[in-house]
Amino acid sequence: MDPVIAFTDVTKSFGSIDALDPLHLTIRKGEFVSLVGPSGCGKSTVLRLGSGLIEPTDGTVSRSSDNVGYIFQEPTLMPWRTVEQNVTFLGELDGLSRQEARRRADEVLSLVGLQEFRNHYPLALSGGMKMRTSIARSMLLDPDLFLFDEPFGALDQISRARLNAELCALFSERRFAALFVTHSVDEAVFLASRLLVMSKRPGRLVAEFEIPYEFPRQPGIRYEPEFAVLAGQVAAALAEAS
Amino acid sequence: MSDRTDETTNASGRGLARSRELLRVAIPPALVALAIILLWYGITFFVLEPDRRFLLPPPHGVIQEGILDGDVLAEIMGGLYRTAMVAGLGLAIAFALGFSMALVMSQAKWIERSLYPWAVVCQTVPILALVPLLGFWFGFGLMSRVTVCVIIALFPIIINSLTGLQGADPRLHDLLTLHNAGRWIRALKLQIPAARPLIFTGLRTSAGLSVIGAIVGDFFFGRGQPGLGILLDRYSRRLRSEELLAAVIAACLLGVVAFWIFGVLGRRAVGHWDPSWAGERNKNE
Repeated sequence: MDPVIAFTDVTKSFGSIDALDPLHLTIRKGEFVSLVGPSGCGKSTVLRLGSGLIEPTDGTVSRSSDNVGYIFQEPTLMPWRTVEQNVTFLGELDGLSRQEARRRADEVLSLVGLQEFRNHYPLALSGGMKMRTSIARSMLLDPDLFLFDEPFGALDQISRARLNAELCALFSERRFAALFVTHSVDEAVFLASRLLVMSKRPGRLVAEFEIPYEFPRQPGIRYEPEFAVLAGQVAAALAEAS
Repeated sequence: MSDRTDETTNASGRGLARSRELLRVAIPPALVALAIILLWYGITFFVLEPDRRFLLPPPHGVIQEGILDGDVLAEIMGGLYRTAMVAGLGLAIAFALGFSMALVMSQAKWIERSLYPWAVVCQTVPILALVPLLGFWFGFGLMSRVTVCVIIALFPIIINSLTGLQGADPRLHDLLTLHNAGRWIRALKLQIPAARPLIFTGLRTSAGLSVIGAIVGDFFFGRGQPGLGILLDRYSRRLRSEELLAAVIAACLLGVVAFWIFGVLGRRAVGHWDPSWAGERNKNE
């Protein structure tokens, strides 16, 4: 199967600072790739290159589809729009009819469990609910590729674990392609089918792990000895890379 | 949320809470007003000797001669009306002009750099120096008066609108970029909606300034149908302290009402999502 996204010899410099060593990375449909690395190593740069928001200094980024969902570090909702209006927003930009956008919003809001809150403004929502709204927004157009930029970093542990489980369930059902940047080793292992470790700047992929668990996954796998061993190996690779 | 269940039993309780809230909001300023009136009487009767009492006539004198006298009241009301019209028209033009300028400035750095210094000049120009010039150019009628208001009210509208238009979340800009949104869509769907709280802040500030502009313009043009400015000038020349104070109070009320109107409009428009205006809602209602 053709990759959904392929980075070939991609480098990126900002002025005299090299953010990325030549990067090789392909992600296929049905692959959930987690990317961990020390702060400032260029993980977000990889996402911005992948989305096309910035161009590589050298090399090529090719995508089989322009239908990309980008989930930011913060929920990044429009506070003047209700939950439902936030979710239908990308439909407005991409010319979906109003009924179609609302029908889809209904569907994705029920996937993230927010139908009851459709008419609430973000001001009235908890951090977890805002993030769910943000994910629902990105799902409206049913993207082929999802780019996650540490989406759950600002949440408390309980909300974070719950959203991990929900995201895993969504992936198990829809089998899109995903690149998920995070600081949390535990989260990275739990979600990924493949896990990459990036070195400090200029970012270079220094380790790769296949995560053998089948999808859908139960939250309980976090407490299995096998999981702990894997997480320990990842943490060791990360420590070495920092 | 839970009090929604038994609305009928709670309605009277809530009404009570509401009136208690009203008292809590109304009593402190009322006490201040009382203190000012007492101080006023004190100065009139204990500080000023009888032959100098005309400098500050007592409050009831102001009410008697400035408000209960039908002719004077009609004169002041007419002035109030004309001044309010000039201020309103000036504010409307300042908004149209200022918001358009901010919108254009938000679209390109070089436009911002070209216009910004002139917006600042608009704020710092000594308006009194311009008044005779405006009289020569536009005559001493409505046009010159409105122009004074526009010059005074323009800057807060430009600067607040511009800050608001430029203040939209950069990640939301990214989101629009990813979906190939052009300039117009970006302005209509992101920048203008995001700027609304600050636009209302600018309007509220400028509403008060526009009233000042209308009075100052009227005062110095000194011709044509009298607004509050001409009346203030006339009463002070004739040493009519009671009428003068009544006109001053009318001018203050006009400014307060202008400020209040845009406070209410702002709360209505964005109070349900903007934390700063939502806070206003708790403060004032």
